[in-house]
Amino acid sequence: MIRLAVISGKGGTGKTMITAALAQLLKGSLVLADCDVDAANLELLLSPKLIRTVPFMGMKCAVIDPALCVQCGECESRCRFGAVERDEETYRVNPLHCEGCAVCAYACPASAVTMQPRQTGEIMCSDTERGHLVHARLVPGAGNSGLLVHEVKKTAMAQDGDRDLFLIDGPPGTGCPLISTISGVNAVLVVTEPSVSGLHDLKRVVRVCRQFRPRILVAINRFDLDTFQAGEIEVWCRAENIPLIGKIPFDPAVINSVREGIPVTQAGTSPATQAIQILAANLKQELKHLGNQQ
Amino acid sequence: MKLAIASGKGGTGKSMVAANIAFTLALTEPVTLVDCDVEEPNLHLFFPAPVTTTEVTVPIPVVDEAACDHCGKCEEACQYGALTVLQSRILFFPELCHSCGGCMLVCPKRAIHEEPKRVGAISVSAPIPGLKLISGMLDTGSPHAVPIIKAVKERADGDPLVICDSAPGTSCPVVETLDGCDACILVTESTPFGLHDLRLAVDVAARLGVPAGIVINRSDGRDEDTIRFCIDHDLEILMTIPFDREIAAIQSRGDILCRARPEWQKEFYALFVKCSTLAGVER
Repeated sequence: MIRLAVISGKGGTGKTMITAALAQLLKGSLVLADCDVDAANLELLLSPKLIRTVPFMGMKCAVIDPALCVQCGECESRCRFGAVERDEETYRVNPLHCEGCAVCAYACPASAVTMQPRQTGEIMCSDTERGHLVHARLVPGAGNSGLLVHEVKKTAMAQDGDRDLFLIDGPPGTGCPLISTISGVNAVLVVTEPSVSGLHDLKRVVRVCRQFRPRILVAINRFDLDTFQAGEIEVWCRAENIPLIGKIPFDPAVINSVREGIPVTQAGTSPATQAIQILAANLKQELKHLGNQQ
Repeated sequence: MKLAIASGKGGTGKSMVAANIAFTLALTEPVTLVDCDVEEPNLHLFFPAPVTTTEVTVPIPVVDEAACDHCGKCEEACQYGALTVLQSRILFFPELCHSCGGCMLVCPKRAIHEEPKRVGAISVSAPIPGLKLISGMLDTGSPHAVPIIKAVKERADGDPLVICDSAPGTSCPVVETLDGCDACILVTESTPFGLHDLRLAVDVAARLGVPAGIVINRSDGRDEDTIRFCIDHDLEILMTIPFDREIAAIQSRGDILCRARPEWQKEFYALFVKCSTLAGVER
């Protein structure tokens, strides 16, 4: 099995649109995962039929029993996350800030603090025309998105580990959800856009990826909105020995297909579709090569 | 007043809105712009200037092997699996550590102390008169953004007017950025993706008790679903910015709309006045 993550560094460059199109264009059996668990959008393009939902338990949350609390303030002074709040003489834990470290429970001389399990999201397994999709919903404002990403990937691998391709729609950024997404993948496709921000964020995310040694590939979306910046990205990729395997033009057909809830490549011929077909063909070669290495 | 710019979905134009409000306000009053998207900070690209940089560190435990009797209490106390106690030594995984101090607290031999570990940096600059820019940058490969966001916001403490540009998403970095702000702007685009993620962002702001208003960016005129959502949820649409190749080009080359096209200054000033009303601050 080849594991490929579509990532970007900068948000909103077109990861999800491209992932959905690739799911349609790449032949062979596959399993899909949406690892942008904060704001998962892949389901909006693949019309998934929900098979089952599993609760996701994040870190436990501290709860102070007011009947046992002796108001010593030990919990408040020990908590490094500012999660313990005092209202007059009552102490309580703000679950949005509690990271579940249990230091307050260890520190409390009156044993008034207990660590309670909390559900901070759910993992969904669905059926699509191109195979199973594992996606998730994080409770807005909850932490542990990196852990949830790990669970999403594990769920997909456990049920569909025999597929040819594991195609992952990744999160933006370079922090824990991204690191959790790219750990263990064979290749990443970084989707960027022609702007100073796009190139800056591309460089940073590539630096993170290199610590994990996957094959790194780049595609530029909406490249014709700024051909000068697109050129800068090309020059940088060449200097870094990173294959640029696709250049997709700005095309209103993309927004229209998102509004219809289908991959753009399913919406008929358009400049974006043609460019993504070329991207998919180049990607196939790369994946074949990786398969041979395995 | 402290104002946050957030979005849920990435790439909707948060930094663009933040840079333009800050640029416009700086013409008449001192303003502090804080880049809280520490995983992929971009505001410094729009305001190049010499910076003063300071390191951000977090405390991590160091075990004194001579004093340690390998009782395993620290491993048991660590909720993140960052410590594994073997028969004759201890394995520590710094990327899993949340710097909570729990291991040090429970060690009966007092064999654990803490030492600072660098996780990123803060840069401060004065790129144009009236504007202070504070940017946080997470070191690449470091997973925890929150300590850097805390540090950049602390650096702006006491400044009269602060604008915080958030990371996308709805989890801890966004919570950390919005926390303590008087109002927030949620920037969206009129697609099913934009609306789906706007719903989540509105939910986060509500949970934190931060009043929110909406900016629709790159509008192609088909904003009905977003407008309906805003009416249903009693959210004011503060501004609508049309899709325009020229605006996109100004942004992509790292320029600021209000500098390249000064007629936009009154629009962004009006946006700020509406935010002040949201925050309950008289202007």
